[in-house]
Amino acid sequence: MLEIECPWCGACDQSEFSYGGEAHIARPKTPADLSDQEWGDYLFNRENPKGWHREQWCHTAGCRRWFNAVRDTVTCRIKAYYRMGAVPPEEDGR
Amino acid sequence: MAALTAARSGARVIVADEQSEFGGGLLGTGIEVGGMVARKWVQKMVEALAKWPEVMMLSRSTVTGYHDHNFLVINERRTHHLSNPASLMSRERMWRVRAKQVVLATGAIERPLVFTDNDRPGVMLASAVSVYMKRYAAVPGRSLVVFTNNDSAYRVVHDAIDAGVVVKGVVDLRDDGVSAAADAARCAGVPVYLGHAVTAVKSNFRGVKRINIGRLSADGRSVVAHKGAIECDVLAMSGGWNPTVHLHAQSGGRPVFDETNACFFPGVSVQAERSTGACAGEFDLSLCLVRAVEAASEALRQVGIDPVTVDTPGTAQHSEAPLRALWSIPGDPVMPRGKKFVDYQNDTTEADIRLAAREGYRSIEHVKRYTALGFGTDQGKLGNVNGMAILADALGQSPGAIGTTTYRPNYTPVTFGAIAGRAVGEVLFDPIRRTPMHEWHVEKGAAFEDVGQWKRPWYYPLPGEDREKAVSRECLATRQSVGILDASTLGKIEITGRDAAELLDRIYTNAWKSLSVGRCRYGLMLGEDGMVMDDGVTSRLSEHRYLMTTTTGGAAHVLNWLERWLQTEWPELEVFLTSVTDRWSVTSIAGPKSRELLESLSEGIDLSPETLPFMSFCEGHVAGIAARVFRISFSGEVAYEINVSADQGLSLWRTVMEAGKPFGITPYGTDAMHVLRAEKGYVIVGQDTDGSVTPIDLGMDWIVSKKKDFIGKRSLSRADTARANRKQLVGLKTENSTVVLPEGAQLVNGFSSSRPVPMVGHVTSSYFSATLGYSIALALIKGGRARLGGTVYAPLLDGQLIKATITEPVFYDSDNVRQRD
Ligand SMILES: [Zn+2]
Repeated sequence: MLEIECPWCGACDQSEFSYGGEAHIARPKTPADLSDQEWGDYLFNRENPKGWHREQWCHTAGCRRWFNAVRDTVTCRIKAYYRMGAVPPEEDGR
Repeated sequence: MAALTAARSGARVIVADEQSEFGGGLLGTGIEVGGMVARKWVQKMVEALAKWPEVMMLSRSTVTGYHDHNFLVINERRTHHLSNPASLMSRERMWRVRAKQVVLATGAIERPLVFTDNDRPGVMLASAVSVYMKRYAAVPGRSLVVFTNNDSAYRVVHDAIDAGVVVKGVVDLRDDGVSAAADAARCAGVPVYLGHAVTAVKSNFRGVKRINIGRLSADGRSVVAHKGAIECDVLAMSGGWNPTVHLHAQSGGRPVFDETNACFFPGVSVQAERSTGACAGEFDLSLCLVRAVEAASEALRQVGIDPVTVDTPGTAQHSEAPLRALWSIPGDPVMPRGKKFVDYQNDTTEADIRLAAREGYRSIEHVKRYTALGFGTDQGKLGNVNGMAILADALGQSPGAIGTTTYRPNYTPVTFGAIAGRAVGEVLFDPIRRTPMHEWHVEKGAAFEDVGQWKRPWYYPLPGEDREKAVSRECLATRQSVGILDASTLGKIEITGRDAAELLDRIYTNAWKSLSVGRCRYGLMLGEDGMVMDDGVTSRLSEHRYLMTTTTGGAAHVLNWLERWLQTEWPELEVFLTSVTDRWSVTSIAGPKSRELLESLSEGIDLSPETLPFMSFCEGHVAGIAARVFRISFSGEVAYEINVSADQGLSLWRTVMEAGKPFGITPYGTDAMHVLRAEKGYVIVGQDTDGSVTPIDLGMDWIVSKKKDFIGKRSLSRADTARANRKQLVGLKTENSTVVLPEGAQLVNGFSSSRPVPMVGHVTSSYFSATLGYSIALALIKGGRARLGGTVYAPLLDGQLIKATITEPVFYDSDNVRQRD
């Protein structure tokens, strides 16, 4: 179980959070203009990297705010947290 | 020593020890520490530690898992050793610890030797023989032979002599050479056979009777001469020691093979942990104590604590000569018989592993699965390293090149009870949610149904009634006069803010900006994949204030769903969400007499259809209680959902029941509610849908806006979602109108020569309709909308084939006249 630092509440156990998958997948502004392929990409295709991964978390059993984290998918080390809409920190190894 | 160092330096410490008493391997030895017998010294240490308030001493407690971010799970066994534990005392306790720093001092496990007949009764690990004698004062036999490849096993020689056991000899795989341990044994009058091996063990059910020994060739691969037989009743063996690197490996470290000690040492630490003592490959006791202080000091410095200096005591342990790694020991050259066991639990032998290698298995993970090596409850703690080394030998590689199998949690088996912990019984397993009217339902003998965490009345049987009779009576009463339903469990979310309508427009498939204050509208929400996710009626309370209702089971999910879109995608929308499910109780009355009943109770509310038409609401007082009255219907009858604050719910309910007596008011449960709505063809999300159903599949095209975008809209035109042959919602009428199809029944087109018979759909809802006098069902059938009037069959488990006609999914009042009345 990870220890996750909510930007509002501080470090709490992972069991208080829910996972939102890859971050920075913006919903297309005009879905109707997209091909099936493009819409399918938005809907289903994710990077699934080995290494640093920018992802969404929600402090569901706490303040209920969504935020972003940068986590290494191999070691589970989390090196940065940032709020929704904030510019992601520099990424290495990618 | 590590714990004492940390405690004295001011750290909070947990000492978790698997055994019933603290002391580890020292408990089973006669070694002296600090000028006293080891056991005494351990006792003093434990007393010293107990004085520190921030030190928690847990015996009978195994660290079974070392997980991410230094999260450790400790399984404490609390009552197993008690003959008469307090009845409320939990048997086990699971500690979940987030440690800043971890010092692993998990010791080492002695390794068996792989030789002929090594699994006979009376063949024991040398350390086990010592522990019996030194710790438990029990001798496992009267005459002992020791078989070893290292110095540590010589300790049992002296322990045995102390205990009055005759030691018949030491058979040492190592060649002639100088060994202080061998000399000491000889001085005690024990013959030592260097460069020899045990080649056979004769035994009966009582134990060993005699062993044969032979002289080894220089390379150790064969026995060159039979030396003779020795009578004995216990054979103590030692193949060296395996550091217990399990927790280090679970934490992410990769153990590395040490050629000198022929075992795996901890590798580089990945998390905030370090190994010390025998589990780090340090087998010298004095040095172990020094290293423990060093390990604790390093851990303390990592968290910014200055370690105090702690002196370590001296010990009387002698340094040891290196072992001889002979992974499989040759048997009798003339009469080679008997097996050499590697895994004592799964009976995996040396020959099995060599066979695996001949069969072409190269990876230890594959050999493990081919031979079952390490699959026992000890998870290979005794046999795995021997097995890996034998495979390496068979493949001509070094054990380090073969590597270990993966060390997974848990270190030892954990009971499900310990994992479940306090989450047991009615009260603690899962929270139970009861409506304000629950007490009344219980009084009236309702049967209850679990819907999520809610207890909902299922039906209210009168004396002598079964479920079917009760439900039929409840349905008929509602259709003919008035029924009353506790609908408090419906999810309720208050949506406020300037952009509330905009949010609804984006979430629901239909248009919301046109909804005027005081009106209600049914809405369907989809996942972005276009599949139906939830539904409910939302009402516009005022300009920027809406009350959304959701399914009972979907309430939390919908709230999270809306919140997520607002926070992550549309932060520019000014909308606030509040869960008000528990704030309101909902008494729903339905049936042709419901208006008359409500009129008799309400003040300041005009219930005439002109003022309060279908799908509208008003505020006023009902039975003197401030109420919101919503004219919405899930039964197809004129119906009112009376919302009053939760603390008034029971009072209102009782008053309505009293006032309803002249109309024969009848409480109905979820079962009758299901029948009534199915007669009307109203779907239940999660019952008639399963996450693979679009609104088009449900025949609900009418609610899907062509003009605006909404979540999931684009997916409705994807090739697969727009396909003609999708499963679509239809009604079914059985040929024999009294037969009720089982829900979930598969549907086929009839007899077919192909196997399996092609399935064309399944039944999602099915009931006997007392109102209609025949059974009805809803089903999802491939291309069903184009097959109205056609026939399908439901093959049942008992061999029956039920014939049914495909119909429109609305069975009653298809023009919706009644509910609009
Ligand atoms: Zn938080």
